[in-house]
Amino acid sequence: MQIDSEKSADNVKRVLSRFKSDTGDVLPGGLLDLPVNITVEKLQLIVNALLGEDDPVPFAFFIDDAQITSSLENNIKDFNIDENVVEIVYQPQAIFHVRAVTRCTGTLEGHREAVVSVAFSPNGEVLASGSGDTTVRLWDIHTQTPKLVCEGHRHWVLCLAWSPCGTKVASACKNGRIILWDSDTGKQLSKDMVGHKMWITSLSWEPYHRNSECRKLVSACKDTDLRIWDTKLSKTLLVLAGHTQCVTSVKWGGRGLIYSGSQDRTIKVWRAEDGILCRTLEGHAHWINTLALNVDYVLRVGPFRIIRDENNSTDPQEYALKEYEALGEEKLVSGSDDFTLFLWKPEKEKKSVARMTGHQQLINDVKFSPNGRIIASASFDKSIKLWDAVTGKYISSLRGHVQAVYSIAWSADSRLLVSGSADSTLKVWSMKTKQLSQDLPGHGDEIYAVDWAPDGIRVASGGKDKILRLWQN
Amino acid sequence: MPQNEYIERHRKLYGRRLDYEERKRKREARVPHKLSEKAKNLRGIKAKLFNKERHNEKIQMKKKIKAYEETNIKKSEQLVPEGALPVYLLDRNIRSRAKVLSNMVKQKRKEKAGKWDVPIPKVKAQSDLEVFKVFKSGKSKRKSWKRIVTKVTFVGENFTRKPPKFERFIRPMALRFKKCHVTHPELKATFCLPIIGVKRNPNSQMYTTLGVITKGTIIEVNISELGLVTQSGKIVWGKYAQVTNNPENDGCINAVLLI
Repeated sequence: MQIDSEKSADNVKRVLSRFKSDTGDVLPGGLLDLPVNITVEKLQLIVNALLGEDDPVPFAFFIDDAQITSSLENNIKDFNIDENVVEIVYQPQAIFHVRAVTRCTGTLEGHREAVVSVAFSPNGEVLASGSGDTTVRLWDIHTQTPKLVCEGHRHWVLCLAWSPCGTKVASACKNGRIILWDSDTGKQLSKDMVGHKMWITSLSWEPYHRNSECRKLVSACKDTDLRIWDTKLSKTLLVLAGHTQCVTSVKWGGRGLIYSGSQDRTIKVWRAEDGILCRTLEGHAHWINTLALNVDYVLRVGPFRIIRDENNSTDPQEYALKEYEALGEEKLVSGSDDFTLFLWKPEKEKKSVARMTGHQQLINDVKFSPNGRIIASASFDKSIKLWDAVTGKYISSLRGHVQAVYSIAWSADSRLLVSGSADSTLKVWSMKTKQLSQDLPGHGDEIYAVDWAPDGIRVASGGKDKILRLWQN
Repeated sequence: MPQNEYIERHRKLYGRRLDYEERKRKREARVPHKLSEKAKNLRGIKAKLFNKERHNEKIQMKKKIKAYEETNIKKSEQLVPEGALPVYLLDRNIRSRAKVLSNMVKQKRKEKAGKWDVPIPKVKAQSDLEVFKVFKSGKSKRKSWKRIVTKVTFVGENFTRKPPKFERFIRPMALRFKKCHVTHPELKATFCLPIIGVKRNPNSQMYTTLGVITKGTIIEVNISELGLVTQSGKIVWGKYAQVTNNPENDGCINAVLLI
């Protein structure tokens, strides 16, 4: 084997080690006798060889949940080298690298009121923004110019949601009206969807792999109801009633379940076909502010892929399903006003997997990393905390903001995180060092919405200063 | 004098006449006729009083009708309110906060030039006589080289008085201030904030160095608790404010923040 040949005469200490994947499978190849000064690059070569991968895949290595950054030596200081076997856990990383955004490349002016929501299309080609001036604007990000203005709402546009097919965008306003726009022409696709009595807090589309037509949409409303809409007919298919207070967040899962979190301290799981309440998850002591699924990124991107392969042979729906299945069981995390997070496996159990405490203020935003391994939570206590997505164990906190952190977004390769805050700055955090990698000042006031394009090239942010900014490497 | 509410009681026990409502309606319908008859026939002072009253009544009525019509119009228009908030802040009744004070550059420039566009551009000159009181010293009180400051002063945190032999200006403890009430002109709110220093007393440079605070003086205040942020995401903590009252008369310092 390769390492055996590398054995040299110098008396470097050696350690018996065993490779394990993050799911717990031991790598075939048995015990390896490794020199302690072995570097990460060499470890990667070994694992790639043992796994028999054709294209080398980058890996991250951990010993007792501590990442190996340079060489093995530093991580096994308090370890009896002579007797015990070191277990090195390897995690495959994304093959592509997203470069940290470093500068503001565009200021997109046009909105006459605060920008409240920002969303990139699933293929990362078009940017949509909703504002307090009742318009939805679509921007051409290549030329950084306004593309289309969609007028139709009569109140603040609160949320936006791109359909996974990438041709339609749904927007909801404070009057409780949902409008569907064509992203190519900016025209309204169907009649206004009217039915909610108060403002809409969250929108979620049916996943692409379940229906490639992208026809159904679920909306959560302040008036305690959820509605499933047929967007073509502009009709309510089902009303999911059961919450007793404002529903704050809704997610349409990949296996036909709808998860909704509410200010009545419960998360309810509904079956999407017939609207039957499957189970109620209880545990929080105060309002639930936000929900996140480990499959959020996959469901958002749907059939689009970052690495373009020439032979686009597979059916997009099949591809989306494959990508979705690769992440395994759905996990849900909820952030609440009681300063805690809960991790659930909502498909089967009512009980929570873990309760994550540590924040000192309410939690406003939670996101799973695209590979589903890390949870990041943004809180009004000015910090962002990272948690292990499997066990819910605390990893580290990212401090640097001087005011409440409103929203966060992951880069597609899960190596970077961007956060927008009330202190008018964006900050980019590196997951490798768990530290600040870029500070991005530029906004004149609070930043309300941040989004990282699914292809990883751009970040868009909008806030109270009415200006939309694009950030790039 | 009637004793007790016997009419009410009777009504409760036996009810009203059966045609009560009908009679009432008719009586009310007759009222305009009666009034017009009255208006036609009254003469002299009585007519004058009656007409005056009637006139007032009509004004009130017209006003009411107008107001009612206006409310009707408003309902149909329904303007979009300003100050849009994202979903997650809608239920949190956030106080409207002033804009981030982004013009730090401007402030720096102003500081260099030493010119201020201030709320109170002209102040009454304070003569030395007014500000300082001669303090006689020496065994037989013959010497008069000491002065007592008679205005409000700000003295730094770790100030210790000089030995009496060298102390030319005495700043009395009772007139030393640490805090002032600062009004934010955009927020229209007032905060009690600690003073950091006296930036400029327009009357004389010496007052500035002594820390004398009179009307029109520019002081630096600690606004960190307002939570204002610069564009680069740092908390602003020192900011200038101009004194708007006569602190020596009022016993407190009121100031306006300069933006």
